[in-house]
Amino acid sequence: MKPSLVSSKQQVIRSQNPESRSDTAQGARHKEYIGQRVSFGPEPYAFAKGELMARKGKKKPRLLQGNEAIVEGALAAGCSFFAGYPITPASEISEILAYRLPQVEGTFIQMEDEIASLGAVIGASLAGAKSMTATSGPGFSLMQENLGFACVAEVPCVIVNVMRGGPSTGLPTNPSQGDVMQARWGTHGDHPIIVLAPSTVRDSFDITVKAFNFSERYRTPVIVLSDEVVAHTRETVVLPDPDEIEVLDRIRPSMPPEWYIPYEDTSSGVPAMGIFGDGYRYHVTGLIHDIRGFPTARTDEIEPFMRRLFRKINQSFHDIQIVNHFMTEDAELIVIAYGSVARSARRAVLDARDKGVKAGLLHLVTLYPFPRRDVMATIRDARVVLVPEMNMGQISREVKRVNEGMSQVATLNRIDGCMITPQEIYDWLIKEA
Amino acid sequence: MGKRYEICLSGSGGQGLILAGIILAEAAGVYESKYVAQTQSYGPEARGGASKAEVVISDEEIDYPMATRLDLLLAMNQKSSDSFYFDLKPEGTLVVDSTFVTQTPTTKAVCIPFTEIARKELGREMVANIIALAALATLTKVVSLKSLEAAVLARVPKGTEELNRKALQLGSKAAKAILKERKPESIQGHGPDHEDTAYE
Repeated sequence: MKPSLVSSKQQVIRSQNPESRSDTAQGARHKEYIGQRVSFGPEPYAFAKGELMARKGKKKPRLLQGNEAIVEGALAAGCSFFAGYPITPASEISEILAYRLPQVEGTFIQMEDEIASLGAVIGASLAGAKSMTATSGPGFSLMQENLGFACVAEVPCVIVNVMRGGPSTGLPTNPSQGDVMQARWGTHGDHPIIVLAPSTVRDSFDITVKAFNFSERYRTPVIVLSDEVVAHTRETVVLPDPDEIEVLDRIRPSMPPEWYIPYEDTSSGVPAMGIFGDGYRYHVTGLIHDIRGFPTARTDEIEPFMRRLFRKINQSFHDIQIVNHFMTEDAELIVIAYGSVARSARRAVLDARDKGVKAGLLHLVTLYPFPRRDVMATIRDARVVLVPEMNMGQISREVKRVNEGMSQVATLNRIDGCMITPQEIYDWLIKEA
Repeated sequence: MGKRYEICLSGSGGQGLILAGIILAEAAGVYESKYVAQTQSYGPEARGGASKAEVVISDEEIDYPMATRLDLLLAMNQKSSDSFYFDLKPEGTLVVDSTFVTQTPTTKAVCIPFTEIARKELGREMVANIIALAALATLTKVVSLKSLEAAVLARVPKGTEELNRKALQLGSKAAKAILKERKPESIQGHGPDHEDTAYE
């Protein structure tokens, strides 16, 4: 049994959706519809009374899409609320959750737009449900306002952004990595944020679970930055059993409601979170607030609040910053990649090694907080560093920032709506060797 | 790189090519325990427009999930035959739906009128993709017909099992007729071998 911050049973919002009840005619039709689905196979996890059940028998591999894995990861992490507006290439997440969530007595709402979607997600989270939404570039732009609200009000939530070509409606069915800086700085004001990028189907599952855990542990919105290739690639995966998955829940107040101070500082910087309806009444606002949640203009309250927001993330870099090293130990040429491009980079590094080139890959899973220490330590001894990206250079800027002139940083950018191929990275490695 | 076999199923939106790709990937990945990656590209239209599903089958973990040099190309319309033929390896196999592809870029192409067979024999054009899959499996043995049938039946809507089974048989029959009159070398390319006795 993995440690859990709070052992209490997870709060579940009962479904208000009549379609999820099989005793109505509509519900029966809904059931029939589920039975007739062709595009998705049988569900990997069974649920009974809203609880995740261990599957019977041997683990079988299944063919899953990145988006399907995100759904399964969310459910495994205890997600019970989704509000969103479908958009290519993230639509499958809404589509599947629309029939999966009622099975766990959770709630799915299709909202009128993405601003309202994140608004609903924040509300549900304040009411105790682990909540998420999924979108792509244009919708992510609309969410920025409420994303800032979630940061300042410290509301745990997960936002999946499946990147497609931009700007604006751009290229709906093509991959891109153009939203990296938007994920970091899209909402206004100084704020810390957690951004995670999956690169495979299995990653999509694991990272979604991690995203929920981080959001609950640090009371912060977490952005899962997938891309069209990761989202739509189907691979065979064996998903872990529910008891192998570490699931964290937010810290709840242990004192009586009348003693509760909602934004009181703690050693972790993360205040205990009262659930609306549990008697822990407090004021939630987007304004900078004092420890009781009321707006403040006092400098001696503003600065401690802002510093705590940063501190709760900054003192946990060791937990949040995830990178994968691949043949970097003796590498002279380092490729730094993330998302689907990391897959191409891995192949290129392997092929270059076959030719005797000392190449290595640093695969960034956590994009923000930027894993400065790992990147610095890895590129210090490298001759040249290559950052291939499906944008004009967003993570390469960060690499150059932490490089401090130690190594040479090269970029490889592709902005034609196609994925970077292993050949392109391989050619560069051979040329530089 | 281990043995990597790259397949592209192309045509226009609505011909069921992405579903065919999923079924093929499932047959190889779930029923034959190979590493598979299935990707797709399509336009924003619901029907019409170019549609393409790619399936990579390998003995080792697949990093780059897309096809680069095709071993097998299925073209269900003229446009896709013209444009994707150049991605085919010199020793690769081209299979076209001769209902729509009237000019093949090579004489080695295997021409089977999948849509016409579906329309005439089963009265449903919808299953042309399944007929094509059975033909691909029979021609190249990329997956066994047994795995393919299991994958098809697991994915298609309830009540259409019999229709799809018939489609598989028709596709296999059409491909066998081709193999009888032409030597396998003349259609190039050969997938991994299987002991296959289904539909004999």
